[in-house]
Amino acid sequence: MYAQMIKTDSDRVKDLSEMSPEDRAFQERIDRGEKIEPKEYMPEGYRKTLIRQIGQHAHSEIVGQLPEGNWITRAPTLERKAILLAKVQDEAGHGLYLYCAAETLGVSRDELIGLLHSGKMKYSSIFNYPTLTWADIGAVGWLVDGAAIMNQVPLQRTSFGPYSRAMVRICKEESFHQRQGYDIMIKMAQGTPEQKAMAQDALNRFWYPSLMMFGPSDKESVHSAQSMAWKIKINTNDELRQKFVDQTVPQAKYLGLTVPDEHLVWNEEKQGHDFSEPDWTEFFEVLAGNGPCNKERLAARVKAWDDGAWFHDGLTVYAKKAETRRARQPLAAE
Amino acid sequence: MAQQSRPPSETADVIELLLRTGDNTLVLGHRVSEWCGHSPVLEEDIALANSALDLIGQTQLWLGLAGELEALMNGQARTADQLAYLRDAAQFRNVLLVERPNGDFGQTLMRQFLFDAWHLELLKTLENSTHPRIAEIAAKAIKEVYYHVERSADLVIRLGDGSDESHRRMQAALDDIWSYAGELFVADAYDERLAAAGIAPNPADLKPKWEQTVLRVLSEATLTVPAGTFVHKGGKRGIHTEHLGFILAQMQFLQRAYPGAVW
Ligand SMILES: [Fe+2]
Ligand SMILES: [Fe+2]
Repeated sequence: MYAQMIKTDSDRVKDLSEMSPEDRAFQERIDRGEKIEPKEYMPEGYRKTLIRQIGQHAHSEIVGQLPEGNWITRAPTLERKAILLAKVQDEAGHGLYLYCAAETLGVSRDELIGLLHSGKMKYSSIFNYPTLTWADIGAVGWLVDGAAIMNQVPLQRTSFGPYSRAMVRICKEESFHQRQGYDIMIKMAQGTPEQKAMAQDALNRFWYPSLMMFGPSDKESVHSAQSMAWKIKINTNDELRQKFVDQTVPQAKYLGLTVPDEHLVWNEEKQGHDFSEPDWTEFFEVLAGNGPCNKERLAARVKAWDDGAWFHDGLTVYAKKAETRRARQPLAAE
Repeated sequence: MAQQSRPPSETADVIELLLRTGDNTLVLGHRVSEWCGHSPVLEEDIALANSALDLIGQTQLWLGLAGELEALMNGQARTADQLAYLRDAAQFRNVLLVERPNGDFGQTLMRQFLFDAWHLELLKTLENSTHPRIAEIAAKAIKEVYYHVERSADLVIRLGDGSDESHRRMQAALDDIWSYAGELFVADAYDERLAAAGIAPNPADLKPKWEQTVLRVLSEATLTVPAGTFVHKGGKRGIHTEHLGFILAQMQFLQRAYPGAVW
């Protein structure tokens, strides 16, 4: 997902009876479905895990601007250009809400960005894949925003108040993105043979990376169990992946496109599709920095930051000067 | 429609005006959109995308009307997209200022400010154009442009009067772009006829107000107005810098590579 494989610092999920009174009261609040607000008591592990998760999610929104921004200057019509600009602008806005949510946990945006730039924090693996044709912009909206929605809709109910509220705002926009992406796919799939070929090629390249967005199976993972107990993760990775496949396969069929999986088949018994796992070796390579675009993506973010240093400094110095000038002014208004 | 009672020669003049106005917003919108995801700070990514969106939206209206009026000239209308994506550089009528490369953020900002201050004065006059369709578009666009000027002026002031480094960069940006601003105020025969018909201002008449804004902001920004009076021009006649060809190569790629496809 936008947050993949988040560690919790737990080696196992504790039973209520083993917890300190504070931690037990905290867990009971969560179990009752209450929201935890920034000023309220929370275990250190909860706070740290949320910072990792929200931070990674924020970074994904920001880095996610790059593969799509890649086609803004080449969008094929003025309307498509405007829609794509608005989408990328939304993603920057999502990053902003999420950094703000993380700040309520006591970590600044600049610190988180520093951790991203030094490689200590990650962003979603999906944004390390290139957008090679215009159809990729359709596929990203359809599949990548689609997969994001799968995860983020349940997260609207997450236990941490600011994160939950950020998700509510974000989900509304993400569903627009998905519809707009699918609309590009419809045009391409119904277009010229070249356009149709581009659409199929985009699906071929983005299918498995989209499935990887949910992360490897976490049935056995202590971290997932802990995150689920804290309600900062609502479903297992496999559940979400299954839902995504079941939702997406009919959409591909409607487009007249073929999902690149020869083992894909409807399973009447489980009322869902059987499908092939993505290549998890590739996933771990991408996480390790060996995806097709890791270097460019991070370099682009670092460059934006470094090139903008004078801008930050200039504004800070101006603010100080303005402050001094205000202080020196006689109290004429009184 | 009002314009149908107008002489065809006037329609040709109006189309020229619409292309000039729409090409300015199109090319500047393109330049601004190049920043997407690369600006110094998240808030600027959002603000720049917003400006680009406004400019592209305005382009759709200006070029849309230009294409529509072409039908009165030769019976054949064109869409805003056809005008944007299927003309070559020599048919573009934007001023050279807007095709200048982004440079650093200060250069982008200075270009934007000089343009915004002019754009606002232009739209104030066009709002009262005798051509109702033009007045209508101007009234819509001006709401966005008020905000553009406010934002770019504010940043020019804060960075000009900021650190030594930001001051130096903003001064360099001003020195670099200044000679491209003058083209906004150079009138040709089209402009004079349009002004006489009350359709558009004579560009030269926009200068005093523009100067007022610009000099006030630059002085607050502690920046020095360059002494040179030389003006680079040609864009309004279709003689562009080398940069426009590359802008169009990118912008028009899909429409050119897959003629007739629907996107
Ligand atoms: Fe997003
Ligand atoms: Fe999105």
